[in-house]
Amino acid sequence: MAAGPAPPPGRPRAQMPHLRKMERVVVSMQDPDQGVKMRSQRLLVTVIPHAVTGSDVVQWLTQKFCVSEEEARHLGAVLVQHGYIYPLRDPRSLVLRPDETPYRFQTPYFWTSTLWPAAELDYAIYLAKKNIRKQGTLVDYEKEYYDRLHTKINHAWDLVLMQAREQLRAAKQRRKGDRLVIACQEQTYWLVNRPPPGAPSVLEQSPGRGSCAASHVHMIEYCRRALGRTRVKSSVCLEAYLSFCSQRGPHDPLVSGCLPSNPWISDNDAYWVMNAPTVVAPTKLRVERWGFSFRELLEDPVGRAHFMDFLGKEFSGENLSFWEACEELRYGAQAQVPTLVDAVYQQFLAPGAARWVNIDSRTMERTLEGLRQPHRYVLDDAQLHIYMLMKKDSYPRFLKSDMYKGLLAEAGIPLETKKRVFPFSRRPRHSGPSPALLPAPVEPTAAGGPGGGDGVA
Amino acid sequence: MSPRHRQMATEALHENETLASLKSEAESLKGKLEEERAKLHDVELHQVAERVEALGQFVMKTRRTLKGHGNKVLCMDWCKDKRRIVSSSQDGKVIVWDSFTTNKEHAVTMPCTWVMACAYAPSGCAIACGGLDNKCSVYPLTFDKNENMAAKKKSVAMHTNYLSACSFTNSDMQILTASGDGTCALWDVESGQLLQSFHGHGADVLCLDLAPSETGNTFVSGGCDKKAMVWDMRSGQCVQAFETHESDINSVRYYPSGDAFASGSDDATCRLYDLRADREVAIYSKESIIFGASSVDFSLSGRLLFAGYNDYTINVWDVLKGSRVSILFGHENRVSTLRVSPDGTAFCSGSWDHTLRVWA
Repeated sequence: MAAGPAPPPGRPRAQMPHLRKMERVVVSMQDPDQGVKMRSQRLLVTVIPHAVTGSDVVQWLTQKFCVSEEEARHLGAVLVQHGYIYPLRDPRSLVLRPDETPYRFQTPYFWTSTLWPAAELDYAIYLAKKNIRKQGTLVDYEKEYYDRLHTKINHAWDLVLMQAREQLRAAKQRRKGDRLVIACQEQTYWLVNRPPPGAPSVLEQSPGRGSCAASHVHMIEYCRRALGRTRVKSSVCLEAYLSFCSQRGPHDPLVSGCLPSNPWISDNDAYWVMNAPTVVAPTKLRVERWGFSFRELLEDPVGRAHFMDFLGKEFSGENLSFWEACEELRYGAQAQVPTLVDAVYQQFLAPGAARWVNIDSRTMERTLEGLRQPHRYVLDDAQLHIYMLMKKDSYPRFLKSDMYKGLLAEAGIPLETKKRVFPFSRRPRHSGPSPALLPAPVEPTAAGGPGGGDGVA
Repeated sequence: MSPRHRQMATEALHENETLASLKSEAESLKGKLEEERAKLHDVELHQVAERVEALGQFVMKTRRTLKGHGNKVLCMDWCKDKRRIVSSSQDGKVIVWDSFTTNKEHAVTMPCTWVMACAYAPSGCAIACGGLDNKCSVYPLTFDKNENMAAKKKSVAMHTNYLSACSFTNSDMQILTASGDGTCALWDVESGQLLQSFHGHGADVLCLDLAPSETGNTFVSGGCDKKAMVWDMRSGQCVQAFETHESDINSVRYYPSGDAFASGSDDATCRLYDLRADREVAIYSKESIIFGASSVDFSLSGRLLFAGYNDYTINVWDVLKGSRVSILFGHENRVSTLRVSPDGTAFCSGSWDHTLRVWA
């Protein structure tokens, strides 16, 4: 069977779990006791057995999966789109009408997963049959396909026509009802596998994904290492989520809303203006967040600036500057590494340095040793030491300080602004300046770099 | 049989034995590891969460629709300014939008199709993207009408298969990439130098996320081998691995505290893995959800998990209770990418229906 110009190579059947799941659903829908109510459907003069109505399908899905009707209609629509259920009338469009419209379940022979990928030769025969039967009235896109295939499989065209005539002859010998059903089944299969232009192609895939090559050696190494690691009890870990979520809940705009309003809902960007990265008067929620964790404080440029002031008063500002310099080294350009390492050494680590940081002797020794061959992680130990010092000592004192308490008391809670009722008096949405337009912030210290790097409002 | 053939046959036999014995050793070690992990699992998340107040009714709607891509949207990322986004599509177009006004600010056409990865630089002054070209390129953003964005393009990463994901680290000067060649890599943007590579996945790596930790040293990746792996950026070693999904992992995202991460997979489930407990602690699934989850992200507090699916819907999960809070309809084809904005006021979804939607 020749493969064709159709969808790019996708996954083999085994790796399309959603198809197997859909198949399980339609099989249980056809269960004689628990399945959808079957009836015989009259179409003109023919009677088709085992038909179901669109509304019965939707109701069954609603009950079986305990979902809303909207969701059930969506699920039903997906089953029809993939050709697992087909409409008996107007089989041109694979949509689910939640009314008396009759549908039938596709025969497993024509399931997407069974006969996949669809073969060009089979499509040629199908189109040839249509052509012969309706005396050349194929729809536009089918005509195009037909012509293309005729050129492509020209050498086997006699075979195609012969097969087509044979199948038509065999079909004539069947009862009208069966003939109709088989035609519907076949048509549905091809609507799924060769969709008309404009219809979504449900079988389309991302570019081919590779199959798995087991790496036993890696797994063995990893398992050996992992067996020795310390783990924490689930109860402890899970409690941590509860406290994290409850602490952060009021700060989560999608959970608790935000004041004055959510810009996306009210079309008013006041919330962003009030919470700009560097703003003179931070909101109360923002100042509260500085107390959640040291990382939270450092990540906020305003918080970090106040913390720097506080450290200044305690004559330990060089700790934070050192930490910032180390960050710049870690995330800086490779070419800058030697220069940055040297600058940090001169300013913070050398004996008699202008802003000497107090690291324990063992870490200092290790660091100085490492400086002989500078790389971007050479200051990691020293940086961690200073970070923990700030986190365990200066940070808790900052939170208890009058400075912080004052900031918290001063910080305001914005008033709520409701969305405007009349849409035509909506404020025009202003385009804030793109960060790409603004000059990069200038830094005062020699080795210090832009902290958050998120631009100036 | 000639002596040479006999030798080759003997070697082949040894190889097979070695492969078989390696496999059984790996299996037995994995079993032991699972036993160890199970010993400390004394309670389930939904049990602990019983005393948490249930969430109210959720009404989330599409607040902005971004139209302009001529083909499937494959990836998007937010700028730190909370309103601009970059998006990439199948036809090679990469667009930067101010999604608040829905204006397009920049557009560049890549020389390849299927641009599956894109990222905004922390400074907001550049974007990175790549796909079937096997590379990750960085474009500085310029407003100069006379400058062609493509002219300043810098080719940074080179893989031997498609680029599936990319992310800047804490600065504009380093990029982390994931590829269909089964590896992740850390690159220096200016020189294009490979700083570290990460080997261990047995198949395509499809996604990655950097850990929001204080020491900023790890990241997680997910792949077609159904594994999620946590890596030490400095040493290149895998420090933790989880293999409980039944199919490809399309998306991984850290929980805001950094102590856990969520994954979305073709097996139609999302799962939560705790790094301290070293195990899977929750599964977010429903019988009526049949299609794969293509991308996941947490709300700011970590209480909500938003997941985009291949059946065009977005499901919103209560992370603690494990229940599905809401289902959002709107897209007319697969949801391929989903990210919550940096300040948590909204999330953006991109779809194969050529559009992006911002929801709040």
